[in-house]
Amino acid sequence: MTELKTYEADRETAWCPGCGNFPLRTALAEALSEMDLKPEEVTMYTGIGQAAKMPHYIKVNGFNGLHGRSLPPAVAMKVANPEMTVIVESGDGCSYGEGGNHILHNIRRNLDIVHLVHDNQIYGLTKGQASPTSGPEIKTGVQTHGVNAEPFNPVRFAVGMKASFVARSTVGDRDHLKKMIKAAKAHKGYALIDIFQPCVSFNKINTYQWYNKHVYKLEDHDPSDYEAAVKVADEFGEKIPIGIIYQAGKPSFRDRIPYLKDKALVDRRPKVEELEFLIEEFK
Amino acid sequence: MDFNIVIAGEAGQGLKTVESLLTKTFSRHGYYLFSTKDYMSRIRGGHNFMQVRISDEKVEGPTEEIDLLLALNEESVEIHQNEMSERGVIITSLESDSDQVITIDAKSIAKEVNPRAVNTVFVGAAFKIMGLPTQEAKKALKEHFAKKESVIEDNLTLLDKGYEAVKEVFELEDLGAKEGRMIIDGNSAVGLGAALAGLSFYAAYPMSPSTGILTYLAGKQEELGIVVEQAEDEIAAINMAIGGTYSGMRSMTGTSGGGLALMAEGVGLAGITETPIVIADVQRPGPATGLPTRTGQGDLLFAVNIAQDEFPLMVIAPKDQEDAVYQTFRAFNLADKYQIPVIILSDQFLGDSSKTISEIDISGLEINRHLMDAVEVEGEYKRYKYTEDGISPRAYPGQLKDQVVLLDSDEHDEFAHIVEDGETRNKMVEKRARKMEKLKEEDLLEAEYSGPEDPDYIIVNWGSTAGPSNEARKILADEFKIGQLIFNDVWPLPEKMLKEKVEAGAELVFVENNSTAQFAKLIRSETGIKADYNILKYDGRPFSGLELARRFKEEVSK
Repeated sequence: MTELKTYEADRETAWCPGCGNFPLRTALAEALSEMDLKPEEVTMYTGIGQAAKMPHYIKVNGFNGLHGRSLPPAVAMKVANPEMTVIVESGDGCSYGEGGNHILHNIRRNLDIVHLVHDNQIYGLTKGQASPTSGPEIKTGVQTHGVNAEPFNPVRFAVGMKASFVARSTVGDRDHLKKMIKAAKAHKGYALIDIFQPCVSFNKINTYQWYNKHVYKLEDHDPSDYEAAVKVADEFGEKIPIGIIYQAGKPSFRDRIPYLKDKALVDRRPKVEELEFLIEEFK
Repeated sequence: MDFNIVIAGEAGQGLKTVESLLTKTFSRHGYYLFSTKDYMSRIRGGHNFMQVRISDEKVEGPTEEIDLLLALNEESVEIHQNEMSERGVIITSLESDSDQVITIDAKSIAKEVNPRAVNTVFVGAAFKIMGLPTQEAKKALKEHFAKKESVIEDNLTLLDKGYEAVKEVFELEDLGAKEGRMIIDGNSAVGLGAALAGLSFYAAYPMSPSTGILTYLAGKQEELGIVVEQAEDEIAAINMAIGGTYSGMRSMTGTSGGGLALMAEGVGLAGITETPIVIADVQRPGPATGLPTRTGQGDLLFAVNIAQDEFPLMVIAPKDQEDAVYQTFRAFNLADKYQIPVIILSDQFLGDSSKTISEIDISGLEINRHLMDAVEVEGEYKRYKYTEDGISPRAYPGQLKDQVVLLDSDEHDEFAHIVEDGETRNKMVEKRARKMEKLKEEDLLEAEYSGPEDPDYIIVNWGSTAGPSNEARKILADEFKIGQLIFNDVWPLPEKMLKEKVEAGAELVFVENNSTAQFAKLIRSETGIKADYNILKYDGRPFSGLELARRFKEEVSK
């Protein structure tokens, strides 16, 4: 086990007191520690938003890139270094709004990565506008009469795409969240965890109390049963299930590139002389 | 000796096969070649043509009159007959009284053997008409169909049948195979330069006319053990490639104008995170969708100013296919040395045209990744350590024991942590700017001058207009004292040679494939030096040397 303090998950942050990001960070640090991963063995890719600041507040390799673009740079790491543990982490706006196209195609690629989405159903850093997952009843300075679109159900979407691992959890139950993170890491392929967390500053509807009231832990659910998973994923109202909703063994991105095998391209250091043969076909 | 063949027809008739057989064969007969493509943005139908110009001397662009027209459909005769030279011959299936026309019923001939290989009958006829034997053409044909062996026999038969169906007209000689030459198109040249530079990861979204780079590299991925990924869009492509460099691989992306616009924020990301990246922009006329399969040089000022705010960036314009190999190779070393984005500005004319060049000489090429040494770290690793020249030692995740590597698109401190204080912001802006100063001192390529020592005029080129301009200069050599100044590096702008030449009193003639003389504007804004004449073309077609010579005369006599 790697000592918890190695991850320095007690660093000062720019988050609001009581923010759901804090328990999420704790759960992540504990999971990493219990899985005995050293900070240099983990790379975290984030976009922009309060959640996306995570690599500054926990010690791992970090790529804090552009809004919505946390997934694409992570693709390359799995080509370069299959041993690296890759975590993609961002908020609901970054992951499902600005970066919507990338989640679609990376479910298809099925890279061996853990995708943690901090889903607080609101835009926090821009001070409280609707996010793709905001409920229709929410009114904001922009959505003055409520949201003009139906809420996006990421779990239903990912199950519909037959993503190889789809789970939902909540920061209100840290042990559950930690269990989900460990299961996602153990899964070989793309693993999405949509994580409920309150935004104490801007979302007055989806509070800790609201989540506690609505979520229930899945029991006797077989995640390998697609039909059952679709049914469970459709539940989003009075009762919202948490747990592993769907899981399937599938070829990963690297499995589809047979000549790569377990080669790490980061170690590829050719000399020009070794590549000179490329000129031949143009003679 | 200068002989110009045009292969014309509609998309889907196998023009590319004809062009490939002709270029390969002439190359082996010892000729210099320049072949251009003029095609429409469609898969079937329309009117497309390819021009194969051959000579016993170096050729650097297209010419105007046609000596031999292979008209694969009837419409092609109509379109091109007015471009025929005095000695010119048209091969067509149309009957005609004109003594310029040689009729061959290629369809019926092919029908007996393989109705899908009508184009090969034309190839056979062409070699007879030109007075060349078919051995080399047959060899080229076998190579061309190496992966489709079942059709080789039919095609060889049809080549002979085409050859027998017509009479000799020209007497082209077999000059004998020449050592030390190769023929390559500009897109493959960029791909080859990248592959030689040790590229391990290429991410791109298909877009004409840049797709040739993607296809070339994809065709090599298995052999080289590298990964070429088709991204879901250009935004993903550049972010993947930046991720590729971050994870320790040499990485690149390529696109054309509209795709480059989508990549703009990503170029800024490479700028502020100081992540080396090479981006090829194979220009086509725009804006928005523009003319997808045509050529232009309208992206220059966009490339130079590609993202918001200020950061060091380099823009290199290869002048021809040979240069494209070396400049792309160089772009990787410079991107790594200065930890900056480097944009290669090619265009459809350069990318899609093939040219006979000197064989690439790798003896001067050395891959230098400029990665930090693992032993250099003292204490906690600072990705953005302040240094005198602004370059901080770069490592990738997992490279250094017990150290993490953090990047940030927010303004950051030496550890890459987000900051908002003005003092750190200033220090980081200045640190990044210092890299550009060092680049200017150590690595900027001065413009290359050729021509008389005391020219009256200097043609100024950047990128692919250099070849046709050089031909124009030769055509005009008896009437005018013209020099030529070719810029490879266009940003940052090398100024020394330009200033030297201007002080000597020559008038500057800018030749550009855009409508506002963007390079002239850039030079004026950086140096105050004004263009005396602009020769501009923005119809999506490349300049020919003849056209340039005419326009030069018109321009300077105004």
